[in-house]
Amino acid sequence: MLPSLSPTMQCVGADALMLYFGDEISAATGAQVHSATALIDAHLGNDVVDLVPSYSSLLVIFDPLQFTHVEMTRRLRAIFQREAAEPSTGSRVVELPVYYAAETGPDLTTLAREAGLAVAEVIELHSAREYQVFAIGFAPGFAYLGELDERIARPRHASPRERVTAGSVGIADRQTAVYPADSPGGWNLIGRCPTRMFDPEGDPPMPVAVGDRVRFKPISREQYLALGGTLP
Amino acid sequence: MSMRVLHGGVLSLLQDAGRFGAHRLGLTNGGPMDFEAFHYCNQLLQNMPDCCAIEISVGGLQLESLVDTWVCLTGAEMPLLINDQECERWCVHPVAAGDRIRVEYAGRGCRAYLGVADGFRIPPYLGSASTVMREGVGGLNGVALQRNDQLPCQANVRRRRLYLPLSEQPRYPGQATVRVIPGYQQRHFNRTEQRRFFGAPYAVTERSDRMGYRLSGSAVRCNINGVLSEGICHGAIQIPPDGQPIVLLNDRQTIGGYPKMGAALRTDASRLAQLRPGDTVHFAAVTPGTARRILSLEQRFTLRKTLREH
Repeated sequence: MLPSLSPTMQCVGADALMLYFGDEISAATGAQVHSATALIDAHLGNDVVDLVPSYSSLLVIFDPLQFTHVEMTRRLRAIFQREAAEPSTGSRVVELPVYYAAETGPDLTTLAREAGLAVAEVIELHSAREYQVFAIGFAPGFAYLGELDERIARPRHASPRERVTAGSVGIADRQTAVYPADSPGGWNLIGRCPTRMFDPEGDPPMPVAVGDRVRFKPISREQYLALGGTLP
Repeated sequence: MSMRVLHGGVLSLLQDAGRFGAHRLGLTNGGPMDFEAFHYCNQLLQNMPDCCAIEISVGGLQLESLVDTWVCLTGAEMPLLINDQECERWCVHPVAAGDRIRVEYAGRGCRAYLGVADGFRIPPYLGSASTVMREGVGGLNGVALQRNDQLPCQANVRRRRLYLPLSEQPRYPGQATVRVIPGYQQRHFNRTEQRRFFGAPYAVTERSDRMGYRLSGSAVRCNINGVLSEGICHGAIQIPPDGQPIVLLNDRQTIGGYPKMGAALRTDASRLAQLRPGDTVHFAAVTPGTARRILSLEQRFTLRKTLREH
C-alpha cells in the first residue's frame, strides 16, 4: 500500500485552501496531486466548489459560510489518512496524432538547427515519450504536458506570436502542449494535431484530464488532412 | 418573449452568479464583478439569487422591451430612463411591450446590473450563462451584447415594486480599502516589502478589466521570481517582476506562476470592481478568522436589510 498523502495546507483566500505536495515538477508529485484530486472528488464531491490541480499543488475552493478553513483542513486530513493514495499506474494513456512539418510547425527547422539535431530526430524525441498531464489552464483545454527530453527543450519566444492556430503543438522549456484554440502564444511550434483539445459541445469537452498520460503519434500530411486537420 | 438590444453600450455582458466546477477544464468563473449589486438586483426583483442579469460597464446600454415585465437597475450611478423618463435606481419598475430602456453613462462607479423578473433565459454552458469573452463562452455566443440581440425573458410575472431606500444603497467613492488574507508566497516578501504593500496607496490603471485590476504605486519586491504554476483563487494578488500588484478577478486565468501576496475578500473585490482608472486602493491584512466574521456579519446584515415597497 502506498503511504498516505500528507500535503502542506495553507489558507490562501477566504474560500480557498492550497495543498502543496512538493515544489518541483516530477511524475511522483504529479501522481500525488492526481490521487488527492480523485479522493476529494469521491469523498467531498458536494462540499467543494471547485478544484484546481496543478504541477505540485491542488487548490480547493469551498463555501466559507459552510466550512471554516480549520474544518476543511480537518476533513481533508481525515480523508487522506483514511484512504490510501491510489497508484497512478491506472491512469489513461491518450494518443494524439501530430503532423510534424515546417508548414504546420514554423519553429521546427530552427529548433532542430539550434539543438544540433536533424528534424527527424526532433520528431523522434518528441513522440518517443509518454507525457503526464500536469495541469490545465491558461485557456480552456490547454494541457501542460511534461517532461520533455532536455535535448529539445527551448525557452518561449521573447515576444509571443499574435496568433497561433488551434491544434498547434508547442514547446516551452521542458513542457509541451497543444493549443486548443486560436490565441496569442509564445511557445515554439513544431507541428499540428487534428484532435480537438476543447470542444464546448463535447462530453467530456476535453480528450485528456490532469493525471492522464499522453503520447504523440507522428502522422503524414494525408493522414492529418483525413483526420480533419487544416493547413495554413 | 424577449427584449431587443438597441445599443450595446461600452461593455454589456449577460452574467449569472458565475461558472463553478469547470476550473479543471481551464475555464474561469466569470459572473458579476460586483457581487453585492448583482445580489440586490435579483433580491429586489424577487428572483432566484443566480438569475441572469446584464452587467453594464461604464454605461450606454439601450433596450426595447417586447414584453410586459419588470426591471431593476442596481450598482454604479448610471441614470435609468424608461421612455426618456428618469426612473429610480435600486427599484423595481414595470415595463410594457414597446417601452425603451436606456442606461446612461456612470456618474460614480463603473458597473451596474440591469435585471428582469425571473432573469434572462439564456441556456447555460457548463452550468452557467455567464459570459467570458476571453473564452468565448456563455451569454449569446460568448460575446458582449450588440445591436439586435434578442434577450429571452418571461412575460406575465407578478412582482411587488420593492426598492432599497437611499440610505441603504451602497456608495461608490473613488477609493477602496481592500482587505487581504495573506497567503500563497507571502513569506517570500520581506517585512519591509509587506509594510510597503499594506501601507502605500495604489492607483487603478487603465489596464484594468474583468480579468484583473492592475494597480500602480510603490513597487513591491519578492525574493523569488516565480513558482510552479498553481491555482489562482478569486481576489488573489499577483506581484509580477515590475512589483506592481494585480488583483485577479472574475475572468482571471485559473493557474499562474507569479508570486502572490494573498487574496482580497470578495466584498472588497466588489468595491474594487467599481473603481475607475486613477482611483485609489489601500490594502489591509486580515486573518482568516476575521475574514470569516466579516463574511457572516455581512450575510446577516444583508438578510436583515428591509426592502420597502412602493
